[in-house]
Amino acid sequence: MTRFFVFLTALAALFVTSIAPMATQAQPLRLQITEGVIEPMPFAVPAFVPENSGGSQYGDALARVIAANLSNTGLFREVPQQAHIARITSFDAGVSYSDWRAVNVQALITGAVSVQGNRMTVKFRLFDVLTGQQVGDGLQFAGTTDSWRRMAHKVSDAVYSRITGEGGYFDSRVVFISESGSRINRVRRLAIMDQDGENVQFLTDGRAMVIGPRISHTGERILYTTYETGTPRLALMNTQTGQRQLIGDIPGAQVFSPRFTPDGSGLVFSAARGGNTDLYRMSLSSGQIQQLTSSPSIATGPSFSPDGRMITFESDRSGTSQIYIMPATGGEARRISFGQGRYNTPVWSPRGDLIAFTKSHAGRFHIGVMRTDGSEERLLTASFLDESPTWAPNGRVIMFTREAQGGDPSLFSVDITGRNLRRIPTPGPASDPSWGPLRP
Amino acid sequence: MNLTSKALLLLAGLALAACNNPRGAGTFGGGVADGFGNNDFVDAGISTGNLGDPNDPRSVAHFQQRIGDRVFFTTDSTALSAEGRATLEAQARWLNANPQFSIIMEGHADERGTRDYNIALGERRANAAMQFLIGQGVSANRMRVVSYGKDRPVEACPEQRCWDVNRRAVTAIAGVTG
Repeated sequence: MTRFFVFLTALAALFVTSIAPMATQAQPLRLQITEGVIEPMPFAVPAFVPENSGGSQYGDALARVIAANLSNTGLFREVPQQAHIARITSFDAGVSYSDWRAVNVQALITGAVSVQGNRMTVKFRLFDVLTGQQVGDGLQFAGTTDSWRRMAHKVSDAVYSRITGEGGYFDSRVVFISESGSRINRVRRLAIMDQDGENVQFLTDGRAMVIGPRISHTGERILYTTYETGTPRLALMNTQTGQRQLIGDIPGAQVFSPRFTPDGSGLVFSAARGGNTDLYRMSLSSGQIQQLTSSPSIATGPSFSPDGRMITFESDRSGTSQIYIMPATGGEARRISFGQGRYNTPVWSPRGDLIAFTKSHAGRFHIGVMRTDGSEERLLTASFLDESPTWAPNGRVIMFTREAQGGDPSLFSVDITGRNLRRIPTPGPASDPSWGPLRP
Repeated sequence: MNLTSKALLLLAGLALAACNNPRGAGTFGGGVADGFGNNDFVDAGISTGNLGDPNDPRSVAHFQQRIGDRVFFTTDSTALSAEGRATLEAQARWLNANPQFSIIMEGHADERGTRDYNIALGERRANAAMQFLIGQGVSANRMRVVSYGKDRPVEACPEQRCWDVNRRAVTAIAGVTG
């Protein structure tokens, strides 16, 4: 049997260096997301200054990626380059704050880029235009030219993090299922892309149906369900080497819904047998499998708490699907969802404070969040079919699958405040996203 | 591939006459193992088997078209309807009379639900149909369950009439045992 893999080249590590500040650090530029931002903060990011001829082709491209990242959060609004009065022609020249104030810019990002061979260096500084201060040290990233978008994402993460006080999420990837063909005879391929939909790579060839991938917390491995043997089986793939193996066989059972433990040493998954679906846990080192639930009902859609001590999952033991929490070693489960409708696919936030879920009620599907005790339920979306939420690494944004009535599925993201609903560009229909960590 | 080579492999892509089950009329597209996602079958290429004449009561074509190879379920339910039980009783009579065939019992759900839940639900439906056949004397050793959840519909429309035929358990004749 021929195997088809796209091997993912490991990017050369990006080296980060701090640049001495131009002015002493003062009251930082601040944007409090938790209080609900109504008015996006205006920012400017002029083309990065090319410091040699090789850098000239990247100067504007870097600025465009950074501008798109920040604008896409809904928290920032770009003051376009044609409105700028001042011109940045040297990375180390003083900033004429009054020219930026005149066009209502609050946050100014300046940068420079130089290229030698396939090596690239990108530098940036962030300024608070209103107080006339630099915010934090300048930073320098060094890597290869084919990782130029990653360097723009690194700058975006640093800017986002300095202004909001939250971790960033731009230099991260998303694993998903890329779909093609008719709905009756659908082709599904495992794929990975940058969080903004760029650099899509296909990881399976589409001959076998694949569903529900999950990327590990370090981003190097993927668990998914494959029908390549005729019945659903679990597969573990290494994204660096393309190596792949089938794991977690339980004789006579359909196995699916695999999720890594936070430390990556094992997984939890569902096995359906005899009309009953239970959760099992498996060690990846020993292969040992332990049954976690034994209720005569469906238990699936598991997700670990970030500390690995608890598992949230869905079960219909009460008659309809609801969300439960139990110790990660099994034991008594406590129901936390009590609203109207059905609750599925609970996913624990990387910050530990919230659980995202799919809810269906009165013929509509919603992505929502609730606290881990089930309180403060908030529905963020509503459509014909929304499902499979996954968290951005900073716990502020959720990506999910949306299928319009009679339409194809595609990926969307929404802020946990319910604002800034956006479609993520993909090469075709797409489903089942799993958002990976910030890359080192 | 010994088993496969002598098996009566009927790929889903073969165009067959619509089965006579009124709720499945015109929707025939599966009902035979497997063609989907099974690389062994794909690698083997398209194996052509003789379905026989549906008027011959011992033929696979008769099983699929006259008896009906599938039963249907209401939303989120695994309960067999009176019509479904009658179909399964007729299936069991045929299977008991033709013990050389093994079976894959496929479980399916409609699109109105989440993916993992629908795999679990599909397994429940396939199991309900399989347990009924066991109760009618069909050996469990001849049967194997596969749940496709919501991902192998026979009809694609965002309407009740399509969901009604997609919520199904299909008794797929997999091959000759022994």
